[in-house]
Amino acid sequence: MFDDHLLRDLTPQVLSVLVRRGADFAAAEDAVQDALVEAVRRWDGDAPDDPKGWLVTVAWRRFLDARRSASARALREVVVHREPAPGPAEQTDDTLLLLSRCCHPALTPASAVALTLRAVGGLTTAQIARAFLVPEATMAQRISRAKRTLAGARFERPGEVRAVLRVLYLMFDQGFMIGGFTIGGSMNARGCAGERGSAGGRTGDADLAEEAIRLARQLVASVPADAEAAGLLALMLLHHARRAARTDAAGDLVPLALQDRSRWDTAMIGEGVDLLQNALARDRLGEYQIQAAIAALHDDAACAEETDWTQILEWYDELVRADPDHPVVALNRAVAVGHVDGPLAGLRLVEALDPALPRRDAVAAYLHERAGNTAEAARLYAAASRSAPSAAEMGHLLRQAARLKRLG
Amino acid sequence: MAKYLLLKHYRGGPVQHPNAVAPMDDWTPEEISEHIAFMGKVADDLRERGEFVDAQALAFEGEFVRYGGEGAAPVTDGPFAETKDVIAGWMIIDVESKERAHEAAAHLSAAPGKDGRPLHEWIEVRPFLSHPPVVE
Repeated sequence: MFDDHLLRDLTPQVLSVLVRRGADFAAAEDAVQDALVEAVRRWDGDAPDDPKGWLVTVAWRRFLDARRSASARALREVVVHREPAPGPAEQTDDTLLLLSRCCHPALTPASAVALTLRAVGGLTTAQIARAFLVPEATMAQRISRAKRTLAGARFERPGEVRAVLRVLYLMFDQGFMIGGFTIGGSMNARGCAGERGSAGGRTGDADLAEEAIRLARQLVASVPADAEAAGLLALMLLHHARRAARTDAAGDLVPLALQDRSRWDTAMIGEGVDLLQNALARDRLGEYQIQAAIAALHDDAACAEETDWTQILEWYDELVRADPDHPVVALNRAVAVGHVDGPLAGLRLVEALDPALPRRDAVAAYLHERAGNTAEAARLYAAASRSAPSAAEMGHLLRQAARLKRLG
Repeated sequence: MAKYLLLKHYRGGPVQHPNAVAPMDDWTPEEISEHIAFMGKVADDLRERGEFVDAQALAFEGEFVRYGGEGAAPVTDGPFAETKDVIAGWMIIDVESKERAHEAAAHLSAAPGKDGRPLHEWIEVRPFLSHPPVVE
């Protein structure tokens, strides 16, 4: 027997073989779709011994047929000339080739995420559209424009792994936001909820965070020596492990400090920590490993009071060294300073930051509350709620303001 | 069936009912949660009835923007003046009649506020312009 997962896993591999042989992206995709339909019809529940080879053969034939019927004589000759000798399909892992194509720097981040989900993740355009809460026609157009942007580029060797990491990070962050919280920080009041987002029940709905993890696993398998790829996968797992605890029964956000830690996925945390330790041992430190280390320290605390803020602050210092001018890093670091050196030290850092920086008021409110300035904290939480980037966060900040106002 | 836009406002509109006067940070945290949960329940009820089209919440802040002329950057005016009517979000429904649209808006307006009492806040109800009829 074979299941949908087999076809879904093979799709990008077959696609990348065609693309590497010289097929343009859109035509290769059409041919692979045809081959998949053929497979479902002909396999009749039983996959052949070499399903990938079967699919490559059929897809390549379809691609050539389409070329011929398009009567592109000159192109056909070029393509036939490139056709390799018949034989077993290439066993090399083409995942990186295809991923780096989809994450090409010429694409906007949103287009790269959509194209990656389509071509490598194997999702339908309708699923991707639902995940981003846009009409299907809009998403179809976004994807086809992305393909057109790439149409001219030759594609024989993998591009930058870093560009792929960035796109997978954005994909995960988007999924995280829709699911409840956004990544990258250590404290309260992060995140957003789309109207029920992708977490809601329709069958076949894609979960962007899980897709990003799946793709990151494929990437790590194809570049096992890359410490930052492993660091990114670790970062995703270490955040994703807390997912069940991030919202309460009513769907309201629960800040990290108040989460029921028994609901964290300890197996996932364990996997993330192992990955991270192996990555760190390679001595090629980068921003994803650092962020993963911060997440791991949070995951490691049995309760909020046991959080090792001193170590967390050391990692933030590393992050500042890696990326000195990033105001979001500076803001998150101020929270860690607030825990290590006291809230007033943290507040001094916050006050030096741009007043328009998103979440600055929320961080200042948090530190003022810790300093015992209840009234000022309430005022800042209310102010922060007016510039909250999401409905869930707005509700959370308003509740914080309301709670403190009643104390004051 | 006819589509209606139900607009919820942060501020603006006719004089508010006394229940809708207190700012949200004067409520208890639980009252805020109940208010938000009620909004979700209204949307679920409308889905259940086959009348729901869309719902979105808007940020409190924004600007006015207009064309600045050939080659010039867009002209902006913001943040909004204190007197500006500010929309908080919308719900779009597809219903049998204007009466049903008003009923749905009234239900939305009954969301609980301070002390769990119905807010009686104003909801702006705007019919969509529709297509001309096929049979004249």
